[in-house]
Amino acid sequence: MKFSEKWLREWVNPDIDSDVLVQQLTMLGLEVDSVEQPPALPGVIVGQVVAVDAHPDANKLRVCQVDDGESHVQVVCGASNVSVGMKTAFATVGAKLPSGMKIKKARLRGVESLGMLCAADELALAEQSDGIMALPADAHVGMALVEYLSLDDTLIDIDITPNRGDCFCLRGIARDIGARNEVALLKMLPTPVSISSRASHAVSVAADTACVNYVGRVIEGIDNAVETPLWMVERLRRSGVRAISPVVDITNYVMLELGQPMHAFDLAKVSGCIAVRQATQDEALTLLDGREIKLDSDTTVIADDRGAIGIAGIMGGDSTGCDAESQTIFLESALFLPEHIAGKSRRYATHTESGHRFERGVDPGLQRDALEYASNLVLDICGGQAGEVTCVDDPARQPLAEPFLLRRARIERVLGISLDDDAVVALLQRLGVSLQAVADGWVAQVPSYRYDLRIEADLIEEIARVYGYDNLPLTFAHLSPEFCAVNDLPSDLSVARSCLIERGYQEVVTYSFVDATVQQQLFPDAESLPLANPISSDLSVVRTSLLPGLLMTLKKNLNRQLTDLRIFESGLAFTPDPTFPVQRAQLAGLISGSAYAESWTNPDRQVDFFDLKGDLEVLFARAHLNELQFVADQHCALHPGQSARIEHQGESIGWIGALHPNLQKSLDLSQTAIVFEINQSALESEHIPQFEEISRFPAVRRDIAILVDDDISMDAIQDSVMQDAPEYLKKVVVFDVYRGDKIAKGLKSVALGLILQDNSRTLEESEVENTVAGIINVLEDIFNATLRM
Amino acid sequence: MSLDLSNLLSEAATEIAAASDLRALDAVRVKYLGKKGLVTDQLKSLGQLSNEERPAAGKAINRAKREIADAIEQRSSALEAEAINAQLAVEKIDVTLPGRQLTQGGLHPVTLTMRRITTLFSQLGFDVQEGPEIEDDYHNFEALNFTPHHPARAMHDTFFFDSGLLLRTHTSSVQIRYMENNAPPYRIVAPGRVYRCDSDMTHTPMFHQVEGLLVDTDITFTDLMGHLQGFLEQFFDNSDVQIRFRPSYFPFTEPSTEADIRIGDGDWLEVLGAGMVHPNVFKAVGVDNERYTGYAFGLGIERLAMLRYGVKDLRQFFENDLRFLRQFN
Repeated sequence: MKFSEKWLREWVNPDIDSDVLVQQLTMLGLEVDSVEQPPALPGVIVGQVVAVDAHPDANKLRVCQVDDGESHVQVVCGASNVSVGMKTAFATVGAKLPSGMKIKKARLRGVESLGMLCAADELALAEQSDGIMALPADAHVGMALVEYLSLDDTLIDIDITPNRGDCFCLRGIARDIGARNEVALLKMLPTPVSISSRASHAVSVAADTACVNYVGRVIEGIDNAVETPLWMVERLRRSGVRAISPVVDITNYVMLELGQPMHAFDLAKVSGCIAVRQATQDEALTLLDGREIKLDSDTTVIADDRGAIGIAGIMGGDSTGCDAESQTIFLESALFLPEHIAGKSRRYATHTESGHRFERGVDPGLQRDALEYASNLVLDICGGQAGEVTCVDDPARQPLAEPFLLRRARIERVLGISLDDDAVVALLQRLGVSLQAVADGWVAQVPSYRYDLRIEADLIEEIARVYGYDNLPLTFAHLSPEFCAVNDLPSDLSVARSCLIERGYQEVVTYSFVDATVQQQLFPDAESLPLANPISSDLSVVRTSLLPGLLMTLKKNLNRQLTDLRIFESGLAFTPDPTFPVQRAQLAGLISGSAYAESWTNPDRQVDFFDLKGDLEVLFARAHLNELQFVADQHCALHPGQSARIEHQGESIGWIGALHPNLQKSLDLSQTAIVFEINQSALESEHIPQFEEISRFPAVRRDIAILVDDDISMDAIQDSVMQDAPEYLKKVVVFDVYRGDKIAKGLKSVALGLILQDNSRTLEESEVENTVAGIINVLEDIFNATLRM
Repeated sequence: MSLDLSNLLSEAATEIAAASDLRALDAVRVKYLGKKGLVTDQLKSLGQLSNEERPAAGKAINRAKREIADAIEQRSSALEAEAINAQLAVEKIDVTLPGRQLTQGGLHPVTLTMRRITTLFSQLGFDVQEGPEIEDDYHNFEALNFTPHHPARAMHDTFFFDSGLLLRTHTSSVQIRYMENNAPPYRIVAPGRVYRCDSDMTHTPMFHQVEGLLVDTDITFTDLMGHLQGFLEQFFDNSDVQIRFRPSYFPFTEPSTEADIRIGDGDWLEVLGAGMVHPNVFKAVGVDNERYTGYAFGLGIERLAMLRYGVKDLRQFFENDLRFLRQFN
């Protein structure tokens, strides 16, 4: 809500300057969003055109003589509306316009010009204008325009929270400022107009509509072709409202000042009774802005015999609006309930000041006052005769303020400060709340305009607000000390994160929604969960895996010439489920590019499967996951020969593999990537390391190399070696794998280091020899292995 | 001393000096002092001398032997030193070449900020809790006192699914889930992702919050301000930061407040929303509103991260450009 400080001070004028006022507004919960000073306009005055002659050398230019209050000055002007006798804004030589333009003596097509006649937009007084500004006949020639238009004003824009619909008007803001400064409101509403017409118009309000109070009256014989007074145009402008025609401007003015949205119908265009009713489904309506819409049946409309002529409380229709020819009007001042109005503006894309106010609520006691105020203004500005007020109301459905209890002790209990009874009573009374003392506090009755105050907690908040949060002490609750969990168990995500970070991984955070097509390409069989209202097509489904986000991150970085990546992300992945979507915490990573940073000392090698596998092995070791297996398996997103399902105690916990080359191509990635994704729950182990005896006896190592079929997996060899081996076979190291010219095709040579050590004695040479021989026998039997010499 | 011996000595001296390495020197030793060496020969020839001559000659030979041995010893030390020096010279490296590094990764600035916040609150005994990101209307809105047509709903530009479920618009839903399943008192913080369908210079459709909830038998609004003021001061390292609490509105708290901070002479910037838990919220989760009072707060992580790290554009957090991310390592 934007308003002129001068206008506010007409309502309430405490002895504080603009800065303090702005600060008070914010500290009252009416947060000041911006403070704007109007243009200074040095050198721009009220001038009067006393003669207009044709320009000798240009059709569109005129040579004018302008009275500046002291003498007549020659000005060349291009505006078509310039006329003799007109008073207008005159920028004299030396003036500076808001655009930065400086007015200098000039020659226009050979004719001297000593200044410029200005349009309102050139003075930043309008967004656009047609011709030079026409000032009223009573404007004082020679007076600075700033002074004449009272432009030495401050424009304050405040954010109004959803509960404070009462502050969507000058009077509401003034009430709060008055309460804070302990000063009374200055302005009174005018007395009702006298009835000078017998004209009236029938109104019917159907049950169960948004409308619980409909007040209106006919005013006939008006002249809507007159100019809206400049003071009103200026105030509307300073609140960001454009002047349209006197009647429309008056309804807007009353809304801004009192908070009651109003509407004026041109009765000549209304056919029959004005009916407030629910729309029929798909009923058509052409709005004031010219758009044609189809209404839903849950929407209340204002209608005549022919159909809807407006959406109740939101926007009037095009067919019955007022214009310069309007002579008989019907002024509407109604109360529509927020729960009926809410959401309609959005649905019909008609965001209006009126709808905004009714969504939050309007003072149920205001309709008649606003109507009388508007009637006064219409009669003053447009003339005419007012008819009797028509009122159709449904008091039972109007928001009613029931008295409720405010307990003395509860104030201190919630706020933490103790206040004198007198202070509480005085403060709330300044807000219009009347209090009746009872044993443990008061019974409170709130005024109709504070329909946001319904329970004790509401009043306690009001006390704190007006008392001033900045006047409250800061306290530190006496909390019983409590130990918090120490996040050092291996299952903690932070341990997994730091493990990856040490290994060069950068954490990324990507959106939880991804491109449906990308997800589909990666997981063609997985059902995904689309958003009903996505923000764009590339963020249209929630992710079923963290991989799409990581791959898109790779792509973005590759496009920026960042080619060496080790990244990971943790977060939820979602899968549809008939009862409730399943939300799994996942951990995923991706590597791509060089294995090492480029350096004189590092080998030049691209990352492969085993880089990532090694990192995962470290991660799992840190989480003390035993019985872990990488089982060769195929996944639609992964290279069929370089992918594995990760199993823990026989249960699948995730995948690792190189991206499928087809996907690399379809995702348009210039290099490949190795990825993994695991369930975070798999890392959950409450393992606390338990000490194991360290052998004091020497270890013995025996190396063997065997030739086996190429497709025998290392896991299988390892399992066979360990199967029947004595306990003192501590470890088997694979220190070489060879395929090539030196051995037969289809075979590979595997070199194993067998490490043997006993905890209680030094092993005998013969035991070692027997063990190694036994292992070789097993390998020969199972894999047809031959010992390589 | 016989002429022979003196010649022998001077020849040996010459040869020792000429020995250019330890091997050559050893050859000289063998030649003179070895079992068949020239000095050894001399000793052997003592037997041919008379008893009178023998002691003097023996003494002279032994002295010569000692002299040669000493000279060899000296030369040997010198040659060893030379060899070591030569080896050191060869092994010299350029210590200014860059070292052999393993690249370190790092956490995302949002995670770093979230961790800083939860660590500070854990000092007051707040436990970390999490909740689902796909939520139902009840936990995201209704139980938090957003009536079906509440105008504040419109301020939460909500992502919906066809089923009517939604992506949570704030972490306040975790409050409800936690209170439903636990008995008071409560002392929790809940960090996480939240979603609003809004995207421009200052809004991303996903961002992060930390929700806090403290409920006990005697918690007041001035405690809320005291705790959050203390938190903000610590978060900004007690630097030149001013803090103000101004009235605001949330359906689920009353009184409600927003805290603004100002660093130096800058503008006031909103960093958190908070308030005393609304009676209707306690009612929804079955907590006795007369027995317990408490406060709840919500912090915007990105805003705090931007202030702490001087990031100007919110959207950079989610572009994941490595050059951006590495700056926080």
